Amino acid sequence: MKKQAKKYLRNWYHLPLLFGALIMLFAFVWMFLSAFKTEQEILAVPPTIFPVKPVLNNFVQVYNRIPIFRYFINSGLVAGISTIFVLVTSAFAGAVFAKYSFPFKNVLFIIILGTTMVPFECYMIPFYIMVSKAGLVDTYTGIISPLIISSFGIFLMRQHVASIPDALMDAARIDGCSELGVFWNVILPLSKSTLSALAIFSFMFGWAFFVWPLIITNSADHFVMEVGLTMFQNQYTVEYGPLMAGTSLSVIPLLLVFIFLRRNIISGMTISGMKY
Amino acid sequence: MFNISAGYWLRIKGLERKKLQFAILVIIPILLLFLVLRIIPVFGTFYLSLYRWHLIKPDRPFIGLENFSRIMIDKNFRIALFNTTNFTIIVVSISVTLALLLALALEKKTRLGGWYEFAYFLPVVIPMVPVSMIWKWMYDTTYGIINILLKAIGLSPVGWLTEPKIALYSIIIMSIWKVLGYYMVLFLVGLRNIPVEYYEAARIDGAGGWQLFKNITFPLLKRMTLYICVIATIQNYNVFTQVYVMTTGSQAAPMAAVRVLVYEIYQNGFRYFKMGYASAQVVVLFAIVMIISLIYFKVFKIEDD
Repeated sequence: MKKQAKKYLRNWYHLPLLFGALIMLFAFVWMFLSAFKTEQEILAVPPTIFPVKPVLNNFVQVYNRIPIFRYFINSGLVAGISTIFVLVTSAFAGAVFAKYSFPFKNVLFIIILGTTMVPFECYMIPFYIMVSKAGLVDTYTGIISPLIISSFGIFLMRQHVASIPDALMDAARIDGCSELGVFWNVILPLSKSTLSALAIFSFMFGWAFFVWPLIITNSADHFVMEVGLTMFQNQYTVEYGPLMAGTSLSVIPLLLVFIFLRRNIISGMTISGMKY
Repeated sequence: MFNISAGYWLRIKGLERKKLQFAILVIIPILLLFLVLRIIPVFGTFYLSLYRWHLIKPDRPFIGLENFSRIMIDKNFRIALFNTTNFTIIVVSISVTLALLLALALEKKTRLGGWYEFAYFLPVVIPMVPVSMIWKWMYDTTYGIINILLKAIGLSPVGWLTEPKIALYSIIIMSIWKVLGYYMVLFLVGLRNIPVEYYEAARIDGAGGWQLFKNITFPLLKRMTLYICVIATIQNYNVFTQVYVMTTGSQAAPMAAVRVLVYEIYQNGFRYFKMGYASAQVVVLFAIVMIISLIYFKVFKIEDD
């Protein structure tokens, strides 16, 4: 009996942990539940927890009022295309910084590493001027442009490629591979896990990027999901039903990414965190 | 750069030359992208801060430090600086402490570990815009679930976003909720990197729980803690999205109460198009974050090894 009690006492920390976890999840549960409630039910005091009679009206409202599918496509394009660019530039630059020597290599790497600490807000004004001079305001190219390189990605890939043994690369060279062939046949296949972690990160980052699309787009055709949602919010008075329906729809892609790729995300953070 | 590489060129041959050729062919386009997309804009900010630079007006005179002296007497900027500093101090100190405690509790792999990790990390993954909207709905003075729960347990409702004195703290609570999981996972990474042997050896010498933490865990976690503090400070000094969402639309927080630096910069730069002045504000923000980061390095006394 005493032993039993002691065992429970030793696990006391589960209580606050569980409470905290519930707070973390509650907001999302509440969002999904609210999305299925009628207007009367949303404003009912005391509130119901589960929708008494779940309705899809809020989703219909969203569909009728804003081009939500357009926003989905725009966000997907911005996040997807920028991810492809980041993967290509990071893989090449990471390989070269890890395995080749060239003049000023270390200085250049330190400069690139330094820019990981400079947030976008610190250079968005000149960036805007540049993009507007290039005539790219309110275009996809304009939205994606700051996202096509990632100093974090280059750093991550350099750390990973450095762990690939030189002997493997030399063996490929002896077999007659060109340097590009070494990159393609040795480095890339051995970098799959790091590249997939990087892909998830940059997709999430591209999808959540807010301040730049807000500044650079001004037509609903080019709004990404996040900007479209804020516009939706600003246009109408408090109508939490449709708003929560729109929010629920908007989080589905990242929610799916998280549910299915959680292990990769956490292990990706382990790769990047470990080397700091 | 080309002079030196030309020197190389003569001395090396064969495979080495092929490798250098490949490296330079790869690195030049990437460096050019870097130059155009990062370096030039960063220097551009410093350059613009010395000019009266309006997007529409063609006359853009050099005015030296005039923008900075105007910042000194700008009341809105002072409010924003105060609010942002307040916001950052509270969010960073509370979230880093809680994240460390969480990581210590979750370090041992338990059956529920995966679920906790899921729950705490979920807010990190979901973007700030939808998250802010959900919290805005939960904070609603009349219909929000938080006030309804407060009333249910006999407390009086709070004007979470509408009450000017409280609005900033409501945004702080939400922001801690949002970033907690990120710092927690980073701490977990740090904790799992500490070799188990250290603990075993200390236990054999008779060290207890607190001693283990003080003498092994904490010193070996210093690097990670420094890293987390630096990124947390940068991230939170640049707070924008949640303030933007929570101050627009109806039932929103009053702007004056939650004015923050990046919002101020956004307004000056992209609403009033005073881009020189806004750039000067960016420079001030940049300088503050740099100084704080340097203080962290001093406090944590990390030797470069």
